[in-house]
Parts: sequence; C-alpha cells; structure tokens
Amino acid sequence: MGIFLLRRLFGAVLVMFAVATLVFFMLRIVPGDPIAAMLADAGGPDEIAAMKRKMGLDQPVIVQYFKWFANMAQGDLGSSIYGSRQPVTQILLEALPRTLSLALIGFVIAIAIGVPAGIISAMKRNTPTDTAVSLFAFLGLSMPDFWLAILLIIVFAANLQWLPAIGYVPMSEGLWAWFSHLILPSIAVGTAFSAIIARMIRSSLLEVLRADYMRTAASKGLPVRALMLNHAFPNAMIPVITVIGIAFALLISGAVVVENVFAIKGLGRVLIGGILNRDYPVVQGAVLVVSAFFVFSNLLVDILYGVIDPRIRLS
Amino acid sequence: MTLLSVKNLAIDLARGTDKHRLVSDASWQLDAGETLAIVGESGSGKSLTALAVMGLLADELAAAEGEILLDGVDLLQATQDELRALRGPQMAMVFQEPMTSLNPVKTIGYQLTEGVRHHLGYSAKQAKARALELLDQVGISDATQRLKQYPHQLSGGMRQRVMIAIALACKPKLILADEPTTALDVTIQAQILTLMSRLCREHGVGLVLITHNLGIVARHARRVVVMYGGRVVEEADAIQLYREPRHPYTQGLLASVPRMDSNRETELQPIAGAPPDPFDVIGGCRFNPRCRYVSDQCRAESPVLEDAADHSVACWNWFDVAKGLAIPQESESA
Repeated sequence: MGIFLLRRLFGAVLVMFAVATLVFFMLRIVPGDPIAAMLADAGGPDEIAAMKRKMGLDQPVIVQYFKWFANMAQGDLGSSIYGSRQPVTQILLEALPRTLSLALIGFVIAIAIGVPAGIISAMKRNTPTDTAVSLFAFLGLSMPDFWLAILLIIVFAANLQWLPAIGYVPMSEGLWAWFSHLILPSIAVGTAFSAIIARMIRSSLLEVLRADYMRTAASKGLPVRALMLNHAFPNAMIPVITVIGIAFALLISGAVVVENVFAIKGLGRVLIGGILNRDYPVVQGAVLVVSAFFVFSNLLVDILYGVIDPRIRLS
Repeated sequence: MTLLSVKNLAIDLARGTDKHRLVSDASWQLDAGETLAIVGESGSGKSLTALAVMGLLADELAAAEGEILLDGVDLLQATQDELRALRGPQMAMVFQEPMTSLNPVKTIGYQLTEGVRHHLGYSAKQAKARALELLDQVGISDATQRLKQYPHQLSGGMRQRVMIAIALACKPKLILADEPTTALDVTIQAQILTLMSRLCREHGVGLVLITHNLGIVARHARRVVVMYGGRVVEEADAIQLYREPRHPYTQGLLASVPRMDSNRETELQPIAGAPPDPFDVIGGCRFNPRCRYVSDQCRAESPVLEDAADHSVACWNWFDVAKGLAIPQESESA
C-alpha cells in the first residue's frame, strides 16, 4: 500500500508538471499579450518595449519558462502583472475557500439527492416512481447550470427573497451567513451531478441485483435490507466511485461559470479575469490548482477502490 | 418419512401478456435424509423446479399450479417472510457457479456466518466457532486464515466447498444442489460430490442433486427423476433405472455416457437433435421430434406418467422400448 501510494503520488506530480508546461506555452501561443491588453492604444513602441523588459517578457520563451519553473519549485508562483502586483499565491488563497465551499456543498447536495434517488429507482424499477425519478434526472442533466442559476436567483432571491442573490461571506462572519450565500449556487452546481449519480447508481444496482451472489445471499433467508445494504450496495458503488471522482473535479470547473452568475470571487472568476487580461502568472497558477484537484480526486478514487474492492487492494 | 413433496408443479414465464409454461405437472418426493437426483438437459426445467422450492424464481417466473410441501407446509402458499425464515434453517441451496456465487467484496467468514447470526442469533464468537467447524467439515485447512480471505483468493473447488459450508451452516433438513460440479475440474468433481453426499448422510440432510450427467448419479442418489422439456418423463430407483431404462430419452442419455463396463469398441451414441426451445409448441410427447421410436400417437397425444412397479415412465411405447422390442424409425437425416 505504501509503495502504491508513493508511486501514484509521483505520477500525480508528473501529470501536474505536464499540465503546467502545456499551459505555459499555450498561453504564449494564443494571440494578444499582456502589454497590448494593458496599454490598449495609449502607449508607443518605446513604452511597450520598456514594459516588456520590466516584466521579463523580452527574454526568449524558453528562458521565461525555466525562470518560472525554478520559482514555482520554491513555492513562488509570481505576481499579477497588473496594478497592485499582488502575489499569485495570495490571490489563489483568497479565491480557493470560496470555490471549495461551493464545490463541497454542491457535492454534498448531489450525493444527498443522487444516492437515495438511484437506490429507490433501482428497487422500484419500471414503476411510476422509477419513471418520475428518471424524468427529474434527465431534467436536471439537461439544464445548463448558468440557466438554472439565473432561475434560482429569480425565484428564491428576487421573488421570494428567502436567500441572498449574490456574493460570498466567509465562514468567520457567521455560519449561516456563509451557508445562506452558498445554497443557491451549490444547487446550481450540484443538480446535474446528482442526476448523473442517480442514473449511475440505478444502472449499477440493477446489474448487481442480477448477480449470482445476490441469489446466494437471498438463499440464506436474509431480510431485504441486509441484501441491499450489505451485499448489493458495496458492489454497486465500485463503478459509481469513478464517476463521483471525476465529477467532483468537474464540479470545480462547473463552479467557474456559476461563480460568475452569483458574483463570487472564486477560482473561476480569477481564471476568467486572468485569461481576458493575459495575466500569465495568474492563469498559470489557477490552472495548476484546478489540475491538482483533478489529479488528486482521481488519486482518492484509486485509494477508495482498494477500500471497497478487495480484488484491487493488493495490486 | 416424506421431507419434500412436489405435486403437479407448473411454472410459467410471463412476458407482457404472453404466458409460457416452462414446467408442467412435475411431481416427485424426497424422504428425509435421502438423496434424489434430477437429471435432464439444459432447459428441461430442473433448475427452475429447485428455485421454485426455494421461492427464488425470478420476477417474471411464477409457480402457477401445484403444491410444494416441505414437512407438510405448502411453500407456494407461504409469504415472503415465512419463506425467508425457512431458507437457511430448513432448506438451503448450492449453486452451479462457485466463481460468481460468492460476494466478491465480503470475506469468507462474513458470508459463512451471516446465516447463523441472523437465524440462530449467534454472537460473533459463537458464529466464528461455527464457521471454523464448518470449514473443517468441508475439508478446508488453515480455517482461521481462510475466514479473513476473500473469494478471489480461493480456487473454484475451494469456493464450492465454502458454498456447501454456507448451505450446512444453519443445519437445514434439505439441500438443493443445482449442478454443483459442472463448473469444476473433472478431478475436483468427484471429490465435491463425495463430500456432499457424505455430509448429507452424516447430518441426515435430504439432498436434491440436479445434474445433466447420468454418469455421476448412480453412486450418489437412491432415486432418479428424469426431466425433459419441462416434464418428468421417468422416475425410478437408480439401480432399476440403469438396469432397465424405459423412456427412449433416458436410454439416449445412458448411451451417450461412457461406462466402465461397456465394450470399448461400442461408440457413444448422441441423442439426435437439440433440446426443445421452451417457447416452441410441440404437439403430443415433447420428445417425439428426437425419438427413434416415434409413432403417430406420440405426435398426437401427450403421454402421462404411469406408475408400474415403483418405476414411472411417460411414454406410449415404454414396454416395447424397455424390452428392446420397439423398432427404430429410419432417421430422416440419414
């Protein structure tokens, strides 16, 4: 297990390194540069050259890359090239709790709705209950999250005025204040995800219920509850775990869009702002964080596999 | 004393509004502590009959007619809860596929002790002691270690031994074994069958041994029921059946199995044709398209199981067939 973890961790770092490199060069291939974005029509050629020198953008790309990489290895992601020249790490540290809160609550909502819905529709297969759950699942899956977000704002914030429409309040200013600001965006992020989970659990459970070992378990005269919870559910979760892992990472990127609708200054807004302004260090830093989420949620899934399925544990 | 009595059992498959009768008018009895073999090709309805006894028929299947009496209790009239209480302490089943019949994510110990903990209220300690005892009985060494292992760490033969141990766990009166050795190596098959027969004999368990191999029946079963196309076509004591098979199908089965005492020059004779599709409607005797001795009556009317000197057979021409007087028809394909 220790060696397995170590190997996977090494792999994870390698993937992140590749992603960082890719993003670094892609940003520089994309037309437009920070100077043009900053000065617009105001500066002449001399000013542009001066600016470039100041930011180190006059050096060959490969030199820039190694400089950036050397700094990153020491934990320094550089600073925003704009105004305050805020360090990227600081920008990310401010944005991260917002996105994480959003993704986590969205995740919990998705699981809380998706898992029971999936189990119910599998157990009541081909009944009106099953059809109703499937219908809601397709509805949830088909709705774009930004559209659902706007709809939620109109209904619950604007009309009913139950919940705040926009913004983010840190947890330090009160648990309810923090939570109430996150309810609507979390629902917007989590709905599609809950639909995916419900569908996955349904089909996976239906397959497991037909398995030979379920018949063996039934031949022991066990109650339905024991059959479902002890025998069917752990087996049905094996494929679902994969989807949950990938979907959690997708939640982070889904948050990008929803953050913009709810004016939450999370990772998404940082990323989009950075891209629009060609703020190279900020974009590089943000992408690195997002890729870290993907890589590590996959790693977590692999570890969970071993916990659930003894056949995978030893390899 | 009669332990299990199946009377005029019929099993239907419902598909939409269509109904297909997969087993009809099946009757047989099993005495306590006795072994009965049910023999037939795939699709003959032998496994369905066993599942009907356990109350484990798939949703679209249903026992439509007849009675299944276990110790006088009609299982077809029992509620799900009543059946659940009987499965384990009264009756148990050993399935065909040891590779897939154990839950891959649960330890052997868990699967072995589940029944006694639920039905007999054993504590964890008592259950473990019982599990060790059971593994010892089915000849699995290193039992303490095995309890912590998962099914994938055991060989096929070992898993079938575990399945037998699970079936024995709550000391049932009846065990139904559905082709328990078909998926195993030939060398292991004999071991498993001998083990199962011995354990059932020692513990006074009635055993229903379902198989398609008449060759293995003689040594283990006292009585034999031969099924074909969802019907019982012959029933007799094993020795009597070997000595004088009365149904052409039984004769065919025996002729297709190699025997130690037969002349080596004699070629094995397969039964012509394929087992009937349960959805095909065959008029008269269901075996008539494959029968060497078919007559017009066979095509027109279905023969009923006739009892003659404790040897029942469902064939219009059984006497001539049994005494070697019947004349085979020219095979159409020849």
